[in-house]
Amino acid sequence: MSPILSVSDLRVDFATDGGVVHAVDGVSFDVEAGEVVAIVGESGCGKSVTAQTLMGLTRSPNTTIAGSVTFGGRDLTQLSDDEMRSLRGEHIAMIFQDPMTSLNPVYRVGDQIAEMIRAHRQVSKKDAVARAVELLRSVGIPNPERRVRDYPHEFSGGMRQRVMIAMALALEPEVLIADEPTTALDVTIQAQILGLLRTLNRENNTSVVLITHDLGVVAEIADKVVVMYAGQVVEEAPLEALFYQPRHPYTWGLLGSIPRPDEPRPERLTQIPGHPPSLLDPPTGCRFAARCAYAFDDCAQPPPLQSRSDGGHLDRCWLPGDVTAGSR
Amino acid sequence: MLRFAVRRAAGMVAVLFAISVIVFLIFNVIPNSDPAARIAGKNANPALIARVRADLGLDQSLPVQYLTMMKQIFTGQLTSYASDQNVLQHIISGLPITLSLCIGAALLWMALAIWFGYLSAVHPGSFTDRTLTVLALVGISLPVFWLAAILLYYFSFKVPVFPTGSYVSLTKDPAQWLYHLILPWITLAVLYVGFYSRVLRSNMLDVMNEDYVRTARAKGISERQVRLRHVLRNSMIPIVTLFGLDFGAVVGGGTILTETVFNLNGVGLYAGQAIGKLDLPPLMAVTMFGAFFIVLFNGVVDILYAFLDPRIRLGEQAPV
Amino acid sequence: MSEAPLLEVTDLVKNFPIKSGVLIDRVVGRVSAVDGVSLTVREGETLGLVGESGCGKSTLCRAILQLIAPTSGSVRFDGQELVGRSPRQLRPLRRQMQMIFQDPFASLNPRKRVGQIIGDPMQLHGLADGTDVKRRVQELLDRVGLQAEHYNRYPHEFSGGQRQRIGIARALALQPRLIIADEPVSALDVSVQAQIINLLEDLQREFGMAYVFVAHDLGVVRHVSDRVAVMYLGKIVEEADSASLYSCPRHPYTHALLSAVPIPDPRKNAARQRITLEGDVPSPIDPPSGCRFHTRCASATDICRRDEPSLVTDAGHSVACHHPL
Repeated sequence: MSPILSVSDLRVDFATDGGVVHAVDGVSFDVEAGEVVAIVGESGCGKSVTAQTLMGLTRSPNTTIAGSVTFGGRDLTQLSDDEMRSLRGEHIAMIFQDPMTSLNPVYRVGDQIAEMIRAHRQVSKKDAVARAVELLRSVGIPNPERRVRDYPHEFSGGMRQRVMIAMALALEPEVLIADEPTTALDVTIQAQILGLLRTLNRENNTSVVLITHDLGVVAEIADKVVVMYAGQVVEEAPLEALFYQPRHPYTWGLLGSIPRPDEPRPERLTQIPGHPPSLLDPPTGCRFAARCAYAFDDCAQPPPLQSRSDGGHLDRCWLPGDVTAGSR
Repeated sequence: MLRFAVRRAAGMVAVLFAISVIVFLIFNVIPNSDPAARIAGKNANPALIARVRADLGLDQSLPVQYLTMMKQIFTGQLTSYASDQNVLQHIISGLPITLSLCIGAALLWMALAIWFGYLSAVHPGSFTDRTLTVLALVGISLPVFWLAAILLYYFSFKVPVFPTGSYVSLTKDPAQWLYHLILPWITLAVLYVGFYSRVLRSNMLDVMNEDYVRTARAKGISERQVRLRHVLRNSMIPIVTLFGLDFGAVVGGGTILTETVFNLNGVGLYAGQAIGKLDLPPLMAVTMFGAFFIVLFNGVVDILYAFLDPRIRLGEQAPV
Repeated sequence: MSEAPLLEVTDLVKNFPIKSGVLIDRVVGRVSAVDGVSLTVREGETLGLVGESGCGKSTLCRAILQLIAPTSGSVRFDGQELVGRSPRQLRPLRRQMQMIFQDPFASLNPRKRVGQIIGDPMQLHGLADGTDVKRRVQELLDRVGLQAEHYNRYPHEFSGGQRQRIGIARALALQPRLIIADEPVSALDVSVQAQIINLLEDLQREFGMAYVFVAHDLGVVRHVSDRVAVMYLGKIVEEADSASLYSCPRHPYTHALLSAVPIPDPRKNAARQRITLEGDVPSPIDPPSGCRFHTRCASATDICRRDEPSLVTDAGHSVACHHPL
């Protein structure tokens, strides 16, 4: 079965006053129908830029995009602005991090959902708003008939995020991209939203590309995990393989630096020394080498992303297989 | 809503009171302002001056004079020292002229400012943007009276396209009314077009970076709809506030120079003449008229703001 | 370890009035941000404070330090009462209590150099002057993992993690006995979080100050704290040593909070019994009657709707609940 979305060697460069920033530098991954793919990484690794590029939101005179994003048999990077626009919302939808600022404060919530529906379908305003009521109901907002006429500031953070989800799923897109959807929410609300996303994924078979920095969230709903560092993918694996047999030293560092409430308290948290390299002038060899406790001579050459044995588990590291396999 | 209206009305009373007292006191401190001396004439002897003073009630104490004047204002009895005309009548007759000038100019400047500001913002850094920026700066820098004089010179004298001034009533002859007001409208509007188009441009550029604009694009609506329904709509909110304040100020006295150059017999011209003659009653009346308008428009703008921005609705509840 | 606690907060209340009125503002209601909080911190101990948005933990921190004036209650530092003191009287005590803030991008004055940011408090309190200041600041910079030459730089030249280190150096400059850290690592990436947490622990070992560590990340709080207090809508609902709180929480809210945190371990996550709380956190303007948590509590009964439970302590573990787990 061919993947519903296929990213191949995606590169995104931004021309800035200080030089060219290579925000995304050769990222590839596939998303199957109904799959939840989590892209994990810290700030500056390029995960948000990747997500926005999938939607065509990074297009601008200062941006150079190379590589391909294949969806429905077409390469999205080659589509005209108009063609891309007609895909957005209808086939690929996106929700963003901060629900407090992601909705226009001067329009009613129902009208904003209706606007989206009417951008792609020929329906009357009345019908579109009626559909909005149903959508609000399906994401668990009580009293949707009344709330559809409310303004965004009359909703709490968690409710607003539900509205965003309702809006994104209005036209039943095949892919939903969620850019840090729960980062700005309280942990009990986060649990509700993640539960909602998982339900919608299972019921409608909508694929989800989830951008996050929180490995706990990943463990909660992802099927496959892509770890990014300094604009590149450093590890890709099915969920359990990533958590129980991680292969890249950065992934080890990430997993080790999280304080776990469910395990005995370590004397000291594993810390990754230093900070990520500049994307203006990335190092020529392995980009993680400067911070890696296991770096050796080979690391001066850029390692390729490849699978060691089984399909489906890729990593970008020169360390021999026996070392990485025995890591946990 | 009621609470808002009551507070505003109370505020207006307080402001008007304060202004009237201040104008009154200032006037009584300016040298050469003794109206009795001016009215009595150049060669008046002290006895004549004293009699004129008594006539006008200027021999009373200041607080009494003030109260008398206020009473006259509110009963429509106020008379000019210089010309013996009823001040209120004069203002009322000048009002349609001033309002024609202000409203016309306001419509013109808002239409142009929005158009120019929008163009500048959607193509920032382009040739269009740079040209409009220069034009805006020129417009803001031109002194009103100089511009008025230049326009008159070139378009009325050298090339007799427009009339040299004076006013034709709307009810008498609409075409002539328009014709006579075109140059004054342009004069008054030029400054504000420059300013407002810059403000709009700046607001729009800020709003374009907001998260909800990104959401709007992600929904797949057309770029034009994003610009109009999301960016422009939200950028207009501060513009409306500014407009209300500026319009109030224009009506309340910003037309003095324009009316004078174009010989339009409005409230502004009247105020100019009163200043020249140091004639307190019209000055007081016009100042209070101006203050009234400004405070009124302040209030209107606040109400309008609540309509435009639902977050500022008067009387809110906690989000649920 | 001394007998008396270093910090003793008793029944601290902070209300914010809501004003409304036609002509003159009258107080029509109150936001009870902190509603009768009591806690103690011993010398060299770390007290963790967890809660979600609106629970009042930030207000509590500021009220303890007298950055905002408490409405009522008592705060005793080293036996001395702080509430009601004039700013001048507070000054010598201010030296001993410092704060680290959440947002490393907003809490440093962008117009001042790092050397000034850390050195000014020293000069203000007469701890050093002249060339001595620079030397001591550079020592501190080194201690927090920055370089001496950073003395002359401006905040915007640093990353988030580095700025937080500057904030920590600033808090240390006066050698305080108590540092209140208000979400010091929430705005940082996970790998940088670990660096800062380790640094804070090393510093505590070296200098012996007490911490009040506020965070919403339960994993972080457990790691750094000796004791943990859980806040909900302005009140403390549970307090215990961290091991006990995490292994046997007794308040339903604590239980729900712990269960809501996703563990980075897929099998354990799936195997856990999860409690998902319905609805949103109620507003502090109009808190529910009786036990404030009853609207979201699965085991609420009539008494919970009527009576507010008081904090009951049993072997060092306090809980405010009519039906503790």
